[in-house]
Amino acid sequence: MAINQPLAIEIENIGFRYPGSSGTFFSKLNLKVAKGERFGLFGPNGAGKTTLISLMTGLLSADEGHIKLLGREIGKQDNEVNKLFGFVPQDFSFYQELSPVENLEFFGAWSGLDKKMIRKRTDELLQILGLEEVRDKQVQKFSGGMKRRVNLAIGVIQEPEILFLDEPTVGVDVQTRHAIINYLLELNKNGTTLIYTSHQLSEAEGLCQQVALIDDGKIIAHNSLNELLKDYKEDSLEHLFLNLTGKDYRNDV
Amino acid sequence: MFKLRATLVKDIRILLRDKVGISLMFVMPIILVVVVTSIQNSTFQLVNKNKLPILICNRDTGKISAELIKDIGKIGMFKVSLAVGVQDEKAMSDAMHGKDAMLGVIIPANFSLKVSAKSKSIAGKAMTSFGLQADSVKKAGDIDPLTIYYNPVLQESLRLSVEGGVRSALQLVESRETLRSLYFSINEKQLPEELENEMLNNKTAINEIPVSKDGTRTTPNATQHNVPAWTIFAMFFVIMSLGGSVVREKVSGSFIRLKTLPTNYLVGILSKQITYLGVTILQAAVIFSLGIWMFPHMGLSALNLPSDWLALFIVTLVCGWCAVSYAICVGVFAGTQEQANGFGAVSIVILACIGGLMVPSFAMQGFFKSAANISPMHWCLQAYYTLFLEGGKLKDIINNIVPLFIITIVLQLITILGLKRKNLI
Repeated sequence: MAINQPLAIEIENIGFRYPGSSGTFFSKLNLKVAKGERFGLFGPNGAGKTTLISLMTGLLSADEGHIKLLGREIGKQDNEVNKLFGFVPQDFSFYQELSPVENLEFFGAWSGLDKKMIRKRTDELLQILGLEEVRDKQVQKFSGGMKRRVNLAIGVIQEPEILFLDEPTVGVDVQTRHAIINYLLELNKNGTTLIYTSHQLSEAEGLCQQVALIDDGKIIAHNSLNELLKDYKEDSLEHLFLNLTGKDYRNDV
Repeated sequence: MFKLRATLVKDIRILLRDKVGISLMFVMPIILVVVVTSIQNSTFQLVNKNKLPILICNRDTGKISAELIKDIGKIGMFKVSLAVGVQDEKAMSDAMHGKDAMLGVIIPANFSLKVSAKSKSIAGKAMTSFGLQADSVKKAGDIDPLTIYYNPVLQESLRLSVEGGVRSALQLVESRETLRSLYFSINEKQLPEELENEMLNNKTAINEIPVSKDGTRTTPNATQHNVPAWTIFAMFFVIMSLGGSVVREKVSGSFIRLKTLPTNYLVGILSKQITYLGVTILQAAVIFSLGIWMFPHMGLSALNLPSDWLALFIVTLVCGWCAVSYAICVGVFAGTQEQANGFGAVSIVILACIGGLMVPSFAMQGFFKSAANISPMHWCLQAYYTLFLEGGKLKDIINNIVPLFIITIVLQLITILGLKRKNLI
């Protein structure tokens, strides 16, 4: 990351502990992501990826330190900051009883869009993500891949400047994965910062420019993918991952 | 406003596609109202129109017991059958089953003889106290008791009224016999039948008039009692759909996304309140319509709506809002749909019990009488009864609406506190 490059995300000295737990999950954690970057966050199960994304999206509140998205602090009762980012959770985050159009109408309104904009974005997204033919059918009848595309469409309806993606391609076929990754690259080309987490490391290699490896609540490596592979003399992200986090099973309780 | 409208559209769409939820909220309460009203109506007819079958075993051979049987028949509430050869309790039980009688009475042997002796003794005492010479002032022995057998399914209130009826017939027989003895002692001839009837039959009639606030004299019936009561229960029954809906949304993936969007979840809660408030008002409209137009075709009395429609609408609105507030409150605190449905179902039955839907509040004792005040259903019911049974107006139900409104506000505050505590708003 170049010095003085505008930041999409700035995490400074955050500390976090889950209510009721004795140990600290994060302590003095720092991370910066430049605007327009394709950033990958990787780590074993229970390492802290989802917790960190939850803190960045305001789902959890840090006990200390601060997190800024495009210069605005999250978790300060500031609704405007929530307009800056989109979120594509790992779980299907929509109403299964509704059609893609009905879901987009509702989530578009909650994202702060007006009726005209919602209609425009709905038409665009259904076209791009190949859901035009099933636009009025209830989502609960869709295949897993189609549901993933609906999940993604809702996350990007307000054309966010930052897009958080938590395993956006889990359980989909090759065609759907290809379509989703291409769409994400297109979004990034238009200026959207991507924050991506997944266990699909080969997929991540093609998508991410910057990579951070997290384990046990600490960032153990953070650089461009090429630099990291060079530094650790590894030929793939998967080997780098095993080198830094070990081969033991992780039991996330 | 646009966000609220979009949320309302979403909630209505989801509701309309939930066929099971709609069945629970509309079909089940309608069935409940029809069944309960029909059953109560048949109980009403059993007491008032149909006669209760009673089996009498007369072990006496005298004419006083025959008069007693005749007098029991004259009460009007019994269909008398005679049992022959009943020797013991088992035989009476078998005979009752055989004739489908709810009650059995055994008149003991020598009943006439003992009543006659007792009457003569009383007449003798009376003569003495008048200063006249009595034929005999012999002390008579006690009359053996009558035994009443009853089917355990007979409710206590009904059993007590049966006992009262038999007792009054017994009183009549004993009084008649005493009067005859007294008359014979004085005049040494039989008491003329005309005089006997004049002396023993009631002279004072009893008029029964339902008290109403608007001066109307409509006699209450099972429909007028049950339709408002079970409409309230139906409204609170939305907990089965709404409580579950709040939990389902809370634990679903969509909620995670909602929390990251620049809209307060209170908009979602407000939308659910408006949607389900509409449902409760629709429930009341459907059930009342059923009472007005369908009940007469089902052999039940038609429902008479109160004259003050505005008051009826206000009670229904506040009652529906309270029911919705309770359902959302349970949904916010419940961790799973099973918790919401289980607690919701049991709690509304308890609230209905202490609220007087199943047993009238005035018949409750001590603690439960006070506990009725915390049940929103109690205040709804009192307001509905004032309108439906007493012909009351809006001013007459203010005392019921205010506590209902306070309970609703308290439920809303608890919900907001719960949402804040769970970091949902």
